[in-house]
Amino acid sequence: MTLYLLAFYAYPLYRNIELSLRTYTVRSFVQGGAPFAGLDNYGKILSDPTFGPALLHTVVFTGASLAFQFTIGMALAVFFHQHFPLSGTLRALFLVPWLLPLIVSASTWSWMLNSEAGVVNAALGVVGVEPVNWLTSPQWSLVSVIIANVWIGIPFNLVVLYSGLQGIPGTLYEAASLDGATGWQRFWRITFPMLRPVSAITLLLGLIYTLKVFDIIWIMTRGGPTDSSTTFATWSYRLGFGNLLPAFGPGAAVGNLLIVMALIFGLIYIRIQRRQQA
Amino acid sequence: MKTPARRWRAVGAALVAVSLAGAATACSSSSSSDGSSDGGGSYAIWDPYPQFNDDSEWVKLLKSCGTSAGVTVERTGYDTTDLTNKALLAAQQDNSPDVLIIDNPVISTLAEAGALTTTEETKLDTSAMEPNLLGAGQSGGKTYGVPIGANTLALYYNKDVLTAAGVDVASVKDWPSLTAALAKVKGAGKKGITFSAIGTEEGSFQFLPWFWGSGAQLTALDSSQAVSALTLWTDWLKQGYAPNSVINNTQTTSWQEFASGDYAFSENGTWQLGNAEKLGFEYGIIPIPASGGGTAPAPTGGEFVSIPVQSDTGRYATSQKLVSCLTSPDNLLTTDTTLSYIAPVAAVQDKQVAADAKLKVWVEAVKAAKGRTGDNLGTKYPKISEPLWTATQAALSGSKSPKDALSAAQTTAASATK
Repeated sequence: MTLYLLAFYAYPLYRNIELSLRTYTVRSFVQGGAPFAGLDNYGKILSDPTFGPALLHTVVFTGASLAFQFTIGMALAVFFHQHFPLSGTLRALFLVPWLLPLIVSASTWSWMLNSEAGVVNAALGVVGVEPVNWLTSPQWSLVSVIIANVWIGIPFNLVVLYSGLQGIPGTLYEAASLDGATGWQRFWRITFPMLRPVSAITLLLGLIYTLKVFDIIWIMTRGGPTDSSTTFATWSYRLGFGNLLPAFGPGAAVGNLLIVMALIFGLIYIRIQRRQQA
Repeated sequence: MKTPARRWRAVGAALVAVSLAGAATACSSSSSSDGSSDGGGSYAIWDPYPQFNDDSEWVKLLKSCGTSAGVTVERTGYDTTDLTNKALLAAQQDNSPDVLIIDNPVISTLAEAGALTTTEETKLDTSAMEPNLLGAGQSGGKTYGVPIGANTLALYYNKDVLTAAGVDVASVKDWPSLTAALAKVKGAGKKGITFSAIGTEEGSFQFLPWFWGSGAQLTALDSSQAVSALTLWTDWLKQGYAPNSVINNTQTTSWQEFASGDYAFSENGTWQLGNAEKLGFEYGIIPIPASGGGTAPAPTGGEFVSIPVQSDTGRYATSQKLVSCLTSPDNLLTTDTTLSYIAPVAAVQDKQVAADAKLKVWVEAVKAAKGRTGDNLGTKYPKISEPLWTATQAALSGSKSPKDALSAAQTTAASATK
């Protein structure tokens, strides 16, 4: 167990930190002997003009994705909780986005949102709306990748919240009905508070998945045009592998910042959980 | 009411968080160097042609070259973009293949890394190769491989669309006449031209014929000629002669747009010739015009056969035999026909044209082409190319004017190549 942790968690993490603290060129990557540079790479990325936009986009992308995924997932979970004919089949259909390989979903979205031949602009045209350059205008590209990511994230939220709902005793709802509670009151007074632990873990996991989302953005926009949909994850990849001449040091530094962000949110989660239990 | 179990679970969740995020970014490597050459009679060849399986002409050729050199060839095909990283990692761990076939702009990077031998060390003969093609594999006065074939860009056109719009393709000689043709096509209700301006190396590759065709140099991205080239593209988008989707087009998606039959022109490469035969309409090909007429220099694409550095230098002699076999004129003809490439040797080019007259325009385009890492740029090229494609994206998406975009690009490139 310890060996496994060391080999697959500690060592890559150590290498990534080491990579970010040295000035690697392709030559020193192969031949060894990259000079120790301290925090130079971090200084470089912090002063990079891409840093500000990438941070903002990471926050907006993560925040908006989580908010919509969770709200829609919750609404669907409550909806499917009131068993009705075919509810099982319909629920299964909602899982499709989760089962599709990301490359398929992302490519499908980029075809649908294509400015010229996309079905979305064709539909907008029918109702008389001017075509939107979803993927190729700096104003819309971030919105487009968020829409696709929300669609992909809904099933996860639906499944976890739905299973959480199963754990709430039906007697609570019966008692509430006897006291004359409306559907809305039942949701806010019973469902929502009882689901809080499940919601917290759903949001935390969602947060970590979303922070590191890479494939959807890379396939749909490559982080562009002009960094308008670049997040830390795509920026890190682009620095490390997106160019003929890889910049491993700065790439690793951006990756480490991403890890620190996830760590901060993990700690916040622990704090909140402790306070709830206190 | 804090129970230790609960607390540990929470800490566990945080650790999972860290390791999940870490998995997305970690890059593992080590520097082992046992340097043993495995199994005397087995030689490894890596190529970027995963589309070919063991039954293909290409793999049969590799095997037969192995047989005549008295060894067994173990071949692995990788995706082009994958191969660069694989080759770098292999070099780091001292388990490079004996022969590496790699995209030409990567040569200077690998040479810089000290991962490739020079043709001088391994006694490879490159005298028959066309100098403009060989240039892409040269860095600091040394040659690091032998070109196996070349491709480049030209303009495919749809004869039906041009006829309907009343455009005589012979009138397209320079930028103004091309733009005039696009205007006529748009007037006839069809679409003008499609290309790929995606924010990757592919975008720079497609922009270079226009950039060089304006007389601009990669060492001055903000010259007035460079601005005129980017303005040409930007105006096409503004006028609706080119679709907005070019900003995200790869060369494949841009080809799909052309294949829809709505477009008059498509900037695309030699490698589409096979697909061109499957188009549902008649097509033709013209060289990309330079701004004032004549053929614009397009960048050369295509791979080089190289011999990576081995700790056991005794293997070079056999590797040299393998490379010479792969790049011998007869075999080049087979290989380049299979890959739909143009041969790097004039005599073989003539044979190709004799076999298929349609290749004439490509042979001429390849003759006018130049290597991206040439002009002594070497590993400076990637540091110039990235600002260049960023500027292209900025101007086409309207977030900057061509002039502002290119002067920002020049500032970035100048500080990166200092």
